[in-house]
Amino acid sequence: MDHLPSPLASDAKSPLDGAILKKQFPIFANDAAKNPTKPLVYLDSGASTQKPATVIAAIRDFYENYYANIHRGVYRFSQRASDAVEQSRVAVQKLINAPSADNIVFTSGTTEGLNLLAATLPYSPLLKKGDRVVISELEHHANIVPWQMMRDRHRIDLAVAPIDRNPDSDNYGGIDRDALAKLLQKPTRLLAITHSANATGASVPVAEIIAAAHRHGILVAIDGAQAVAHQRVDVQALDCDFYVFSGHKIYGPTGVGVLYGRGEYLAALPPYQTGGDMIEVVSFEKTSFQPPPQRFEAGTPDIAAIIGIKAAIEFLQAVGLARIAAHEHGLVAYALAELAAIPEITIMPAGRKRDGVVSFTLGKIHPHDLGTILDDDNIAIRAGHHCAQPLLRCLGVAATARASFGVYNEFSDIDRLCASLRRAQAMWG
Amino acid sequence: MTDLRELYQDIILDHARHPRNFAANAQATHQAHGHNPLCGDTVTVYLKLDDQGRVTAANFQGHGCAISLASASLMTETVLGKTGAQIDELFADFQARVTGGKDTAPPPELADDAERLAALVGVKAYPSRVKCAVLPWHALQSALSGGESGGGA
Repeated sequence: MDHLPSPLASDAKSPLDGAILKKQFPIFANDAAKNPTKPLVYLDSGASTQKPATVIAAIRDFYENYYANIHRGVYRFSQRASDAVEQSRVAVQKLINAPSADNIVFTSGTTEGLNLLAATLPYSPLLKKGDRVVISELEHHANIVPWQMMRDRHRIDLAVAPIDRNPDSDNYGGIDRDALAKLLQKPTRLLAITHSANATGASVPVAEIIAAAHRHGILVAIDGAQAVAHQRVDVQALDCDFYVFSGHKIYGPTGVGVLYGRGEYLAALPPYQTGGDMIEVVSFEKTSFQPPPQRFEAGTPDIAAIIGIKAAIEFLQAVGLARIAAHEHGLVAYALAELAAIPEITIMPAGRKRDGVVSFTLGKIHPHDLGTILDDDNIAIRAGHHCAQPLLRCLGVAATARASFGVYNEFSDIDRLCASLRRAQAMWG
Repeated sequence: MTDLRELYQDIILDHARHPRNFAANAQATHQAHGHNPLCGDTVTVYLKLDDQGRVTAANFQGHGCAISLASASLMTETVLGKTGAQIDELFADFQARVTGGKDTAPPPELADDAERLAALVGVKAYPSRVKCAVLPWHALQSALSGGESGGGA
């Protein structure tokens, strides 16, 4: 595989240059060939990141040079594909500093990871009827609805930790730590909470919250979909019990995600889906199952995506997660300052610390109209409820426009965003 | 005209800023609620029909983008005095136009109304926004087919 060109790897301490990073992503040059006067401004990395050439090449390499199913054939392509999948598992292990590759379950994405937990925990010794699960108002629907289904099917008690709704508080829009602490003082078995809110960018101080939960013997599952590509995540330092994220939000392919679980807890969970690959011995009377992680990986997975996630991780590591975090916080600070200068803009609060997301409304212009007008200027943002309807309801809005940042963004992208927002205002009169 | 100006014509922006017939109607004989779960837009359509089945009052309430508000506003103006059969013809023509099909050549007495609704035809260049324009019409059809009837909001 091609190595990243020198500006990336040579000077690991220098700030990132979004313009140089853009060159790693073929979509920008390909689009510029069609739209030379209005190059693509991609501000929707929170929904999904663009893909670097190395990730695309890894997938193509697999399909063109050694495609086969895994864990089945004795021929060399199958062996090579199986090895590649296990190498990806090790790459994920190292990315998040899991104790072992066996802690890493490949899923189809964050949504499946959370559904897997909610579907299997009630059949394990970890959770029983009448137990209590706590989530928060910051959550994406994927970290709400699976727990609601579990609540209704297994008579689990579900409580919701509120955000700070006081507009005068410096933590407005962030998780209300006092209210959460009170909730966790009541007998609770599991806390499932986001690392970083997708709709607003509110950063959750999960390390402190996990420590507090563990003092009460409460398990903690973290939805890391919006975190892993934007900051260094160390599951052992966090001391979390479960951590889930998606490949496609970390510059990798769609179709692959990760469930990290503490070894003894993964071992305590029954299978999620059943079928091939996850069994030891099958007879019509009885079947015995593989240990984790294979127990949770029934059937043929998205092998190309799993192979692609390794290339994505190598990309993240070559660029450097500390540099990415600094780069994106610089972009957010600039965006907040520039957007604040636009009349009638309302920026959604994100508590004390904001990750690479700015969510806003602009006067009476509906976010969907903004999305269409910005698209006319070749600027991609997300508009709508961001699969976080309860959070937006807490903030008193039905929909927002959201700009979210990635390695390839630069200050000029934000200038283009602001110019286009002013154009929308001029149109609306 | 660019696609964008064709979409956001002055008449559309005017109706979005100042939607006509934007109120609940406690005297409505037919009403229905429309909701787009993908974008969260909602609309409630209120109709009052006379004994001959003609619309004597059409109102709506809800929230959504300029396209859905303007579409609902124009719709409530246009259906006034029409029968269910005429409304079906207008909707068929409207739907054909906004999805990029040909107009269905409605009868001469409806031609002016059909042309007026065609202000929204710019949406055909934006497939993801067609649903915004059509949402109020689906609510209207649901109201006429007895989705919810009776007065009160």
